[in-house]
Amino acid sequence: MSSSGTAPAANSGSPIIEVSGLCKRFGSFSAVENIDLTIGRGEFFALLGPSGCGKTTLLRMLAGLELPSDGTIRIDGQDMSFVPANKRPINMVFQSYAVFPHMSVLDNVGYGLRIDGVPGDEIRRRAEEALELVKLGGFGARRPDQLSGGQRQRVALARALVKRPKVLLLDEPLSALDAKLREAMRLELVNLQETVGITFVIVTHDQSEALSMATRIAVMNQGTVQQIAPPAELYEFPASRFVADFIGSVNLLEGRVEAASGGRIRLACPGIATPIEMEQDRLPAVGSTGWVALRPEKIDITKEPPVEAGMNTVSGKVEEITYLGETSVYHVRIAPDLPLMKVSSANLDRVTRRAFTWEDPVHLSWTSSCGVVLDR
Amino acid sequence: MEDWRRGRSAFWLIGLGPTVWLVLFFLLPLTIVWLYSFAELRGVVDMEVTGTLSNYARALDPLYLEVFGKSLVFAGITTGVSLVVGFPVALAIVFATPRWRPVLLLLVILPFWTNLLIRTYALIAVLRVRGFANFTLEWFWEQSTTLLSLLGLGSYQLLGERFEPLELLYNNTAVIIGLVYVHLPFMVLPLYAALEKLDRSLIEAALDLGASQWRAFLTVVVPLSMPGIISGAILVFIPALGSFLTPDLLGGTDSQMIANVIERQFKSANDWPFGAALSFLLMYLTFAALALRAVFARNAGGL
Ligand SMILES: Nc1ncnc2c1ncn2[C@@H]1O[C@H](COP(=O)(O)OP(=O)(O)OP(=O)(O)O)[C@@H](O)[C@H]1O
Ligand SMILES: [Mg+2]
Repeated sequence: MSSSGTAPAANSGSPIIEVSGLCKRFGSFSAVENIDLTIGRGEFFALLGPSGCGKTTLLRMLAGLELPSDGTIRIDGQDMSFVPANKRPINMVFQSYAVFPHMSVLDNVGYGLRIDGVPGDEIRRRAEEALELVKLGGFGARRPDQLSGGQRQRVALARALVKRPKVLLLDEPLSALDAKLREAMRLELVNLQETVGITFVIVTHDQSEALSMATRIAVMNQGTVQQIAPPAELYEFPASRFVADFIGSVNLLEGRVEAASGGRIRLACPGIATPIEMEQDRLPAVGSTGWVALRPEKIDITKEPPVEAGMNTVSGKVEEITYLGETSVYHVRIAPDLPLMKVSSANLDRVTRRAFTWEDPVHLSWTSSCGVVLDR
Repeated sequence: MEDWRRGRSAFWLIGLGPTVWLVLFFLLPLTIVWLYSFAELRGVVDMEVTGTLSNYARALDPLYLEVFGKSLVFAGITTGVSLVVGFPVALAIVFATPRWRPVLLLLVILPFWTNLLIRTYALIAVLRVRGFANFTLEWFWEQSTTLLSLLGLGSYQLLGERFEPLELLYNNTAVIIGLVYVHLPFMVLPLYAALEKLDRSLIEAALDLGASQWRAFLTVVVPLSMPGIISGAILVFIPALGSFLTPDLLGGTDSQMIANVIERQFKSANDWPFGAALSFLLMYLTFAALALRAVFARNAGGL
């Protein structure tokens, strides 16, 4: 459980959230295990991981709806580990929206202000402003059951934003929307976050959602944080096979490290004739097992062997082609007992004039700097 | 499969039994009693339906109006106390772990397994002067007195010279206690049904937005369980309004409710026409309560 990417927050300054050694156990089951996390002011931070990995549990502990079994949570410098939810400068948009069905939209948005004893006309003004912000101006008099799922989600958003919290927590806010609306809402959320300048912590199990919105992403698995890094770094330099596989698509070639020095690593992979050479700052121990992680779009697929020197090359046979519109993915058999290599290639020409077809012998090649060697 | 609505004969066959039963044992007797309420006594047992309104006129006598009023107040207090006691009970059941929930629900309906008469006599055993409630109080009194004398304060007799048992039975309080005890399950069960459907995340959202537990309860839990509250109130109020065993056994001379008066007309006073008129007045009152509820429901936006 390492946090290799400790890239600086979007806005520097003291962090808004500091989590250390955080654990949550339900009986003997450990839902969150020893998490360390620092989130900077104004960040758009994403928690990404498969279902059941503890994202909601972590978020609920930040909100104060669940008490930690161990560890501390500091918010804006203050220890808030055991402060109840209603005393934290944090608001949450729930996975189910939790819009109050017995109140009008305006009353929903004004609820938190009414609790705080804000005068009536100010509540009205601020609630209407918040509705305007989420593009629901004029919907104030409606009842929640007269709204679509996306609109209800924006009511929940406005209701949380209107209190000007220091941090806004969003638990899979887009999961109930259709693909088109989800894409639009992603952009709206990012714009909104830039407008209000509040730190956003968003939970998602959709990697493209996290990659497109977040300034930094924490990838979680089975209650632990696997890696924290900005989207590009996470994609280009995953810290483990789990992260590499979870973010996007990846080919993993297992081998033994034969040599590692001067930023160059040589691996002998069973089933592949020539050793694979990669360039990387972090060097694994010689003799240990390593995995070459290669993104499908970084591999060249050609009929003839490549002419340039210094390329890693393997040959194989196309077994399957998946047509995805702008790209096609070729599944290539390079050795009888190795998994198929995925290679994606842009469909620059019409499909009928595709260069390769099933059963064609092909050559796959990649430069030594377009992938990483993982040691776990 | 055939559309069930087209199977006319089967439909009538199934519907026939309940209809006959309802007409024979509910509508018919009700009509007879309704006719009695317009009858005059002729001799000891004979009566003649003359269409007179004198029975109703007599029922509006202040003497009986007062009993009606008292019944309404008793039923109202019973409903209120049941709600206040029943709400925490229903909440506790909803928030109990799934393993405990059926057990707690069983405890709520357990009293139904015993006859009302026996339960009421059991209450008498609890509430009477030499009953369990007073025994318990006496025990506490003795412990406290012992403690005080140990502290060297015995000579002051702060708690009195002797334990004075409380008069818990044969008064209005006893009637209310009895009515609440009997009707509490009718409040708890609909409340439980309403609270069970309540989305927990709504409460959490209220807390998250800064509401205290109490505020979240008042602004989210109570309004959203309104259907359960209303059903519970009706289920308690109506039978409490017409109860006669509880005031009869637990009440004092001034704790008579309208059902006791009605019972007397049919039995000892042998004045069936007047008893029938009182019965129907009680029924109209019940209808009025239901109508009021419907009006409230409409104002609350169809809750
Ligand atoms: N109250 C609870 N009691 C027992 N186990 C729980 C409780 N809440 C969560 N868990 C368990 O903790 C683990 C993490 O749950 P959590 O809800 O945090 O997952 P998640 O990452 O949000 O998943 P998803 O993407 O499906 O929402 C799950 O295995 C879940 O079963
Ligand atoms: Mg979740």
